[in-house]
Amino acid sequence: MKILTCPLNGPRNISEFTYGGEHHSMPDPNTTDSRAWAEHVFFHDNAAGIVTEWWCHSASSFWFLAERNTITDEVIRTFEASEIYNQRIDFVAASTVEGS
Amino acid sequence: MPFGLLKYGLSKDYPAQHHFTPAKELKKHYDVVIIGGGGHGAAIAYNLAKYHGITNVAILEKSYLGGGNTARNTAVIRSNYLTESGVKFYSESVKLYNNLSNEFNYNVMMENRGQLTLAHSDAAIRSFRWRAEVNQHLGVRSELVDRQTIAELVPNLNMSEDSRFPIMAGLWHADGATARHDAVAWGYAKGACDRGVELHQLTEVEAIDIANGRVTGVKTNRGSIACGAVVQAVAGASSIVAKKAGIPLPIHCYPLQAMVTQPYKPILTPHVSSPQVHVYVHQTSRGEFVIGGGSDPYPLYNTRATLDQRESLSAAALELFPFLAQARMLRQWAGTTDMTPDYSPIMGLSPVENYYLDAGWGTWGFKATPICGVTMAELVATKKVPDLIKPFELERFYRFEQINEAGATAASH
Repeated sequence: MKILTCPLNGPRNISEFTYGGEHHSMPDPNTTDSRAWAEHVFFHDNAAGIVTEWWCHSASSFWFLAERNTITDEVIRTFEASEIYNQRIDFVAASTVEGS
Repeated sequence: MPFGLLKYGLSKDYPAQHHFTPAKELKKHYDVVIIGGGGHGAAIAYNLAKYHGITNVAILEKSYLGGGNTARNTAVIRSNYLTESGVKFYSESVKLYNNLSNEFNYNVMMENRGQLTLAHSDAAIRSFRWRAEVNQHLGVRSELVDRQTIAELVPNLNMSEDSRFPIMAGLWHADGATARHDAVAWGYAKGACDRGVELHQLTEVEAIDIANGRVTGVKTNRGSIACGAVVQAVAGASSIVAKKAGIPLPIHCYPLQAMVTQPYKPILTPHVSSPQVHVYVHQTSRGEFVIGGGSDPYPLYNTRATLDQRESLSAAALELFPFLAQARMLRQWAGTTDMTPDYSPIMGLSPVENYYLDAGWGTWGFKATPICGVTMAELVATKKVPDLIKPFELERFYRFEQINEAGATAASH
């Protein structure tokens, strides 16, 4: 069994984890047109090489990030999301459309 | 007579048939360049040459003919899909498969064995009834069958009511079939090369030249080529090749693993799959049991085999066919599947003019090979998108018009 090191729970069997998709930043929903939004939602870089991606330790629902090589399947490192998301993000409610 | 055979084999006049002429130098210009020498690439070239008179065509293959996912799939042919677009498309493919050996004058070993999908829950029975209705409406032989019929169709299936997931009903698809996957690629390549198409193996595309939004040529490890049009048919590397043309794709690549036992006497006729226990099993004409359908749980560009998948596939196969406990495994392998968000392929036009996409073939590429050849060749020759593949264009994702093909994989839905 492959081992993945959870930043919270330490090394665990990879069957305890769920892959959560590529790490990419979300465009501003208030200013993005539907084309760019579709690309954000559906399209992937799908790179061959070292990628940054979301993982979740299912048993503890702890989300974190991993750098992994998608050719050799080696995990370079895992780290807490706070390493990237170190500032508060205020999600502004989508502006209401007139008449809706 | 063994001596007769030996004499024949050692004879200078041994009439070995070459499937295609070995690659020559690359020409400076081709009307059409097809990237990818698998079943799909060869089928597109074959149809361009035979039915559209376009013979100045090069198939560029980075490895060898049919050595990628054409060699790695488990050779299942069926059309019991769920969406109207899917059923129409795959049923045309099944029809073409049935005549493929005649079309080539080359045996692709097509065997109409039928396919049985098992329901182990009420929810599965409901979805199978839905699929059967859609299939019958579109002329595909597909019906819901009870336990007694299942026991008659597959006498050695474990019908015990004490198993973890007892079998409640099944979706019987009489049109289900299998064929020799290598022969399909070889037949198409032979037919294409006989008509003037050039197959260049060990030729990898390194860059794609685009001027004013239009493809003008490709750079390969063996030199540059100018061309009128490019078709990419590189399942498993679609994102990588499309990126060279600046086209993003909604694809993630996952390895799909399968394994095969030693040959045994023929005892299993249809292809049997179970979405609940995540496995499908069929016996090849050589007698080997093919046990398949284990996707890795995260994306990877690697075709290694893992113990995890061997354990889970074995456990599932034993639940359906306990006698396989004595079977010896011969080999285990993986193919790289282009998984799209809606489990449908991406075919047709791309944002780059004269650059055509044949991608997103997930776990449904082999069965689509003949119809893909026909429709993609028509598109390249006429520049009009055939109705049959119109729903599968890349643009669907930008219009939020995905085709939710829940019948796409035999083992996962």
